[in-house]
Amino acid sequence: MGIIGERVLRTEDPDLLTGKGTYIDNLDLPGAAHVVYVRSTVAHARIVSIDADEARTMPGVLGVHTFADVDADGYGLVPNDHPMLPAQIRRPVLASDVVRYVGEPVVAVVAETRAQAVDAVERVIVDYDPLPVLVDMEEAKSDGVVLFPEFGTNTVVKIPSGREADFSACDVVIEARIVNQRLAPSPLEPRVAASRWEAPDANGVRRFTHWQACQGAHSVRAPICEMYGLPPEQVRVIVPDVGGGFGAKAFNYPEDILLPWLAKKHDRPVRYTETRTESMNGLGHGRAQVQYVKLGGTRDGRLLAYSLDVVQDSGAWPRFGAFLPVLTRRMATGTYDIPSVSFTASSVLTNTVPTIAYRGAGRPEAAAAIERAVDLFAAEIGMDAVDVRRINVIAPERFPFKNTLGTTYDSGQYAKAIDLVLDAADYPALRAEQARRRAAGDTVMLGIGVCSYVEITAASAGGEYGSVTVHEGDDGAVRATVVTGTTPYGQGHRTAWAMLAADRLGLRVEDITVLHGDTDIVPHSEVSGASRSLQLGGTNVWRAAGTVVDRARDIAARLLEADVADVIVADGVFHVAGTPAVSVNWSQIIDSAEPDQLSAIGDFAQADGTFPSGAHLAVVEVDTETGKVVLRSLVAVDDAGRILNPLLAEGQVHGGLVQGAAQALFEEVVYDPDGNPLTGNFADYGFPSAAEFPSFVTVHLESPTPLNDLGAKGIGESGTIGATPAVQSAVIDALSHLGIRHIDLPCSPRRVWEAISGAVG
Amino acid sequence: MIPAAFDYVRAGSAAEAISLIGQHGSDAKFLAGGHSLLPLMKLRLAQPSVLVDIGRVKDLSYIKDAGDHIAIGALTRHMDVEKSSVLAQHAPLLAHAAGHVGDPQVRHRGTIGGSIAHADPASDLPATTLALGATYVVQGPKGTREIKASDFYVGFLESALAPDEMLTEIRVPKMNGAGWSFQKFNRRAQDWAIVGVAAWRRNGDSGVALVNMGQTPVLASSVSGALKSGASIADAAELAVAEASPSADNNASVEYRTHLAKVLVRRALEQASA
Repeated sequence: MGIIGERVLRTEDPDLLTGKGTYIDNLDLPGAAHVVYVRSTVAHARIVSIDADEARTMPGVLGVHTFADVDADGYGLVPNDHPMLPAQIRRPVLASDVVRYVGEPVVAVVAETRAQAVDAVERVIVDYDPLPVLVDMEEAKSDGVVLFPEFGTNTVVKIPSGREADFSACDVVIEARIVNQRLAPSPLEPRVAASRWEAPDANGVRRFTHWQACQGAHSVRAPICEMYGLPPEQVRVIVPDVGGGFGAKAFNYPEDILLPWLAKKHDRPVRYTETRTESMNGLGHGRAQVQYVKLGGTRDGRLLAYSLDVVQDSGAWPRFGAFLPVLTRRMATGTYDIPSVSFTASSVLTNTVPTIAYRGAGRPEAAAAIERAVDLFAAEIGMDAVDVRRINVIAPERFPFKNTLGTTYDSGQYAKAIDLVLDAADYPALRAEQARRRAAGDTVMLGIGVCSYVEITAASAGGEYGSVTVHEGDDGAVRATVVTGTTPYGQGHRTAWAMLAADRLGLRVEDITVLHGDTDIVPHSEVSGASRSLQLGGTNVWRAAGTVVDRARDIAARLLEADVADVIVADGVFHVAGTPAVSVNWSQIIDSAEPDQLSAIGDFAQADGTFPSGAHLAVVEVDTETGKVVLRSLVAVDDAGRILNPLLAEGQVHGGLVQGAAQALFEEVVYDPDGNPLTGNFADYGFPSAAEFPSFVTVHLESPTPLNDLGAKGIGESGTIGATPAVQSAVIDALSHLGIRHIDLPCSPRRVWEAISGAVG
Repeated sequence: MIPAAFDYVRAGSAAEAISLIGQHGSDAKFLAGGHSLLPLMKLRLAQPSVLVDIGRVKDLSYIKDAGDHIAIGALTRHMDVEKSSVLAQHAPLLAHAAGHVGDPQVRHRGTIGGSIAHADPASDLPATTLALGATYVVQGPKGTREIKASDFYVGFLESALAPDEMLTEIRVPKMNGAGWSFQKFNRRAQDWAIVGVAAWRRNGDSGVALVNMGQTPVLASSVSGALKSGASIADAAELAVAEASPSADNNASVEYRTHLAKVLVRRALEQASA
């Protein structure tokens, strides 16, 4: 016992760090051909003609395919992501008559080598007849131009207000328009996939194997089966090591779902690996909201009413991004008890990359809106925004707490998180330094930003497959095998699940093998996202191991001729409490067990999502002459319930803080008015490096959830939720003496300088 | 990110490289560290038919004290410029600026000659050597000639080098104890400068050049002229953009670039005068 809570090193890392990991682009697939796509170079246009004659004659070219070819076989349309999306809008796997964003795949070129395919792609001539382009989501909302006339409007998802917020009792009401900018998820490994049809089995059925860097084998398999009319058992999806996903790899894309057709057509494996620029302009984007906030309360700081109206950019094709406001809505009031609230949202189509889930997916947007609003309200009544937060956060004794929008928060210590973060950062000293610099008229000003946040993890609740089997290994030693439905893409599931199993079974972490990401091994699985894996998948590994131990104790009791209630297990040895000298070990139990007796499946399903929370404090220095912001420190209190492995948790927090602070200061997908992407690589897109960040300070706080055996909530996204508003607030705070109340994200030097020059005239 | 097909030949000496370039005509390009050319080729913005690899020409990587100036071989890598004790003593501004090029990987591969020959107005070393009054030695089929840095940059990514000429040496006058400053304003450590300033000052003399403030690196002669006539640093810095023609991009408007140039020139001169 006792490994829970230990800083166990990641068992994944030795292989990954020494090049022994298996990424799909490194898979040896004998005979595989390569597909490269001709992509739209215009944002919105009718396709007049496609001339692929020269491309077909290029060296190594095996085939050039358009929508018409795929459609002729009956596979022209991609399944919709969600049943609530409009049925009138069905996406063709390759652009059919109209292209709708720059980067959209139009023609598939298959060749012996990637280089040959790239060469041939350059020789395909697509003639376009331009159509009006919509880049601005608010312009799209007005329906002046309608992108799908047959649907009649650009609004694909609408959340109407339940009731209006009542501001009548408020002394002070602030209003603002806030941009939560479009971001590119930017995983280190871009989209990669491969498909291979296998030789016919005894019944003449050809199965096919599909490899995809994704966040869930079964969730990728289902649309493939739907599109091609195949039974699930005919399709094997394998997910080897994945180099990051951040939500964007939770979905199929046309580029990968076409591979089974291409592989069949060419009767050989076909593989796809995109370039960074293709990834920046093709992998789904995240965030992309314009928010109208209105917040009112009393002059002594009590918040009374809040309304949030969201315009969500869903991009050219409605996908998961169109539903982000649903998640934004659930914690729209943040950590505060606000009695009167309204929320409305419209998700609209534009001629840009479709939006999807990106780390936090709807929750960072909610936190950014309410936190900005609280800052503005505090400035208006002349109170420290920290004090406004303290007055309004939900008290710990009120959990479970149902917020005004109907969401029930499970547990939390919101005021304590604020106190801890202020203590850790020495808030009074920071304010004193700020005052000194202002008094001295320094060029470089200090800013302090504090954010209080709550978010939802495992939002869809439910379960996740997890089984544990204790058996004799090939070497004769006792081993356990965990099969999990979770799909790691960097989190460290193998380490974490091995810890859970080891702890219960009394085995060592290195005795546990964790299997995942293969539909022939894992019976079923969900998408690994929304920070659900530990609570759902982990709890089921924990429960399965517990069941196996219970059965082993039965066997041990029989062997020891003792009452099972008296048998305990310690360090893999079973004995009667008080007489450790007489014992049985796992080998003896394995020898005495019935087949499958030492194998169990966890039966846990969680009733609801859990609500991690915390407080972040950012300190920035702002050069008032140039607008440059330097992040001096970032202190994070993240309460994700009970922590299984602090090392893994900190890894998640650090990565999240970087991405959160990057949204505040660096990252923004930019399109010009014609819909041309201007941020198609890491030189133009503000993807930061370690040089731009200080070392982070993380502070421990645990409010276990009552909703699962482990008391665990998710921690994958908290960094991106708390850090963005904290850093943005710090930048604005540094300039508040100039009368500056708001600067939109990202607080780039240019935006900061423009705010300063606007304020000082 | 796969370049178009090209032929590849390797030169053992400068003379051989020039001869090879001559044979292959105007579609041929020299390949040194590759950190400017290869990205353009991978994006297929450049599609040379032949690359003449000069990376193994051994006698062009050196930093020598040549009396009144320091002679730097064109194939000297940025990291060697940055760490050079000779430059630390005689041209610390250049060594310091080289330490701000790209990131450590770029600095271990990229060369000073490649950076200058590429003539990117957003690069650090063209402007820095311009501020220092450097002279570039180029070799062609008819022998060698010297080109002043102030005559070298003729347009965007365009220099006075003929297609069959190769930059072989950079001659940087000794700074003789001049005060100096390099101001690189960017968002991320490895970025190109949004605006950069290289400046030195000694008694009445000065040299100030701007990074990313026009189609070429820009010598801010008006600033030096004003200082020579006794203007204050603040007043001289107001003339920072007299010779510049900044353009707008994602990071900066023309107005912001202009403002930054004035602030950075003032800061550079203050530091160089301290």
